[in-house]
Amino acid sequence: MSRRVLTGLLTAGLAVALTACGGTTKNDSSGTGAAQSTATANPGAAAKEGVKMAFLPKQLNNPYSDIEVSGGKAALDELKGVYKLVGPNDASASSQVSYINTLIQQQQNVIGIAANDPNAVCPSLNQARSAGIKIVAFDSDAAKDCRDVFINQATTQGIGEQLVKQANELSGGSGEIAILSATPNATNQNAWIDVAKQTLAKPEYANLKLVKVAYGNDDDQKSFQEAQGLLQSFPNLKVIVAPTTVGIAAAARYVSSSSYKGKVAVTGLGTPNQMRAFVKDGTVKQFALWNPADIGYLAAYAGVALSSGQITGAQGQKFKAGKLGEYTIGASGEIVLGPPTTFDANNIDKFDF
Amino acid sequence: MSERLRRFASWDTAVILVTVVVLVIASFGVENFGTSRNFTFLLLDLLPIALVALPMTFVIVTGEIDLSVASTLGLTSAVMGSLWDKGMTIESIIPLCIVLGAVLGALNGFFVTVLKLPSLAVTIGTLALYRGLAFVVLGDGAVADFPREYTSWVTGTLGDGPIPNVLVPLIVLALVFGVVLHATPVGRGVFAAGAGEQAARFAGIRTGRVKFWLYVVSGAVAGLAGVLWTLRYSSARADNGFGVELAVVAAVLLGGVSIFGGKGTLPGVLAGVVLLATLQNALRLQDVSNEALNIVTGVLLIVSVLLPNIVSAALRRRRPRAVSPER
Repeated sequence: MSRRVLTGLLTAGLAVALTACGGTTKNDSSGTGAAQSTATANPGAAAKEGVKMAFLPKQLNNPYSDIEVSGGKAALDELKGVYKLVGPNDASASSQVSYINTLIQQQQNVIGIAANDPNAVCPSLNQARSAGIKIVAFDSDAAKDCRDVFINQATTQGIGEQLVKQANELSGGSGEIAILSATPNATNQNAWIDVAKQTLAKPEYANLKLVKVAYGNDDDQKSFQEAQGLLQSFPNLKVIVAPTTVGIAAAARYVSSSSYKGKVAVTGLGTPNQMRAFVKDGTVKQFALWNPADIGYLAAYAGVALSSGQITGAQGQKFKAGKLGEYTIGASGEIVLGPPTTFDANNIDKFDF
Repeated sequence: MSERLRRFASWDTAVILVTVVVLVIASFGVENFGTSRNFTFLLLDLLPIALVALPMTFVIVTGEIDLSVASTLGLTSAVMGSLWDKGMTIESIIPLCIVLGAVLGALNGFFVTVLKLPSLAVTIGTLALYRGLAFVVLGDGAVADFPREYTSWVTGTLGDGPIPNVLVPLIVLALVFGVVLHATPVGRGVFAAGAGEQAARFAGIRTGRVKFWLYVVSGAVAGLAGVLWTLRYSSARADNGFGVELAVVAAVLLGGVSIFGGKGTLPGVLAGVVLLATLQNALRLQDVSNEALNIVTGVLLIVSVLLPNIVSAALRRRRPRAVSPER
């Protein structure tokens, strides 16, 4: 009997002890709400040395984000900052929050985050901001009112125009082209294709004729068959443009093994590692993608500029980003990386992703 | 060795002591650990685990298991988001979500106690089923615009001190669960069912009914955890709480509850929850990588299962002819 009472009391005691763990209240700054920076920017301020910037990608050990943060490390080395990489093993919505909390405790100066969920990280990010930490979102934005700036890898307009430019160069300025897309309702691809169509309507591309938009559903087999179908239906086809990494690889594989090799060009968006063989064997002359390392590089420069007071995240402010040159902050704190990088036989071996 | 001494040296007492020692060491040895803000973070992080661990202790003490709790949490979160999106008031959504959790738990209870299926298989099944349903309800999307009064209450602290508001319901529930388990006939029935199902039935305990209601309670608490989780991250998602069931079971076993049933205490379990959360928090502050954290948790779990067995085997060998009721 007494034992049970004792155990019951122990439960109570432990629960109370849990409460007491917090101890006396210190200067607890659990402030919530958007801490919009009120400081004014001083563009002439020197870039601070020793800025502590932590990168928190969507998840660790992902080849793509590994390259992104490697760019951040390179930039912080140039700026004599302190680089740190933390992150969860799963890309779930809430797993980043405890990492943000840890970084607040460690008194970092800047957090660079690729948000798994734009809202789930928001309260913690705002807590970080009220503790004086600058927030640079990259790759995948957090809600606008809980970060200072967002590094956008590419705009819809930029990619759409890039696709037409590639097709124009490869076709020699005239002839039939076709697009091999992902699924018929893929948001990104459809937006790019819309821009591409508008661009093609311009007078300088009057001789280029878009004969068909085919859909490979981002399935290797289906994309392969669609590429085959395009070449059979349109014997005069000069270029296949695939704005999807699955489509471009499948189309290149078909063309490289067919009699069309060397006659029909394949281009679009792909990664160097999947396209390397096709560039080497001449099937693909060039293709594009933003360089993930540049995203991290720009994020680090933006973070140090924020921390040094050169920028506050307001539209129109300018800062220098090392080898990438000068950038201007756009509407709602967005910084656009710029046009995608074009890969060809000359530079492809410099990239590994 | 006297009975009293042996009880004093029991696993759960040891875990409580180790937890206190680790808290003290971390407070003095780990930079930035012993601040009031960090305690807030620590408590917020361990809350869902502690909450779900309360009924899980009962379930494991009866010799069963409920692996579907995290999926129940996720499904509740998804339903909460979907209902909120459809314009229902939050005041009616919250009780509804807890009832939903109870219903999901009742389904587990039905399979385990009425159809007499093994709980491991049943709840692995519902683990997949409920998570799948969550994705059917909300897909890949997220609902985020929950009312600020609610989300800031869940992330906020009492009077701007270090103690999170949400610790209050946890303490109340912990007290209720603790008293029921250790000081009422219901609690005795739970232990009896775990120690020997048949003997318990002969003693007049309706083990099936006890277990059924335990699953209902487990589901309801998981539903509540789903509501709090959603409000804490102001984000209703189908993948919320993914994998939490393993953290809960780990904490319960670390807290000295026997996976075979019949043994364990609630203070031990709460200490297990605090110990795991403290280690994670402190090691992270020391920049220990996530992989290493998983290794630490895994090793702790194995030690916590292995050590009591070794100790009791050693005790038995020392007194080979001792008459012991537990063989």
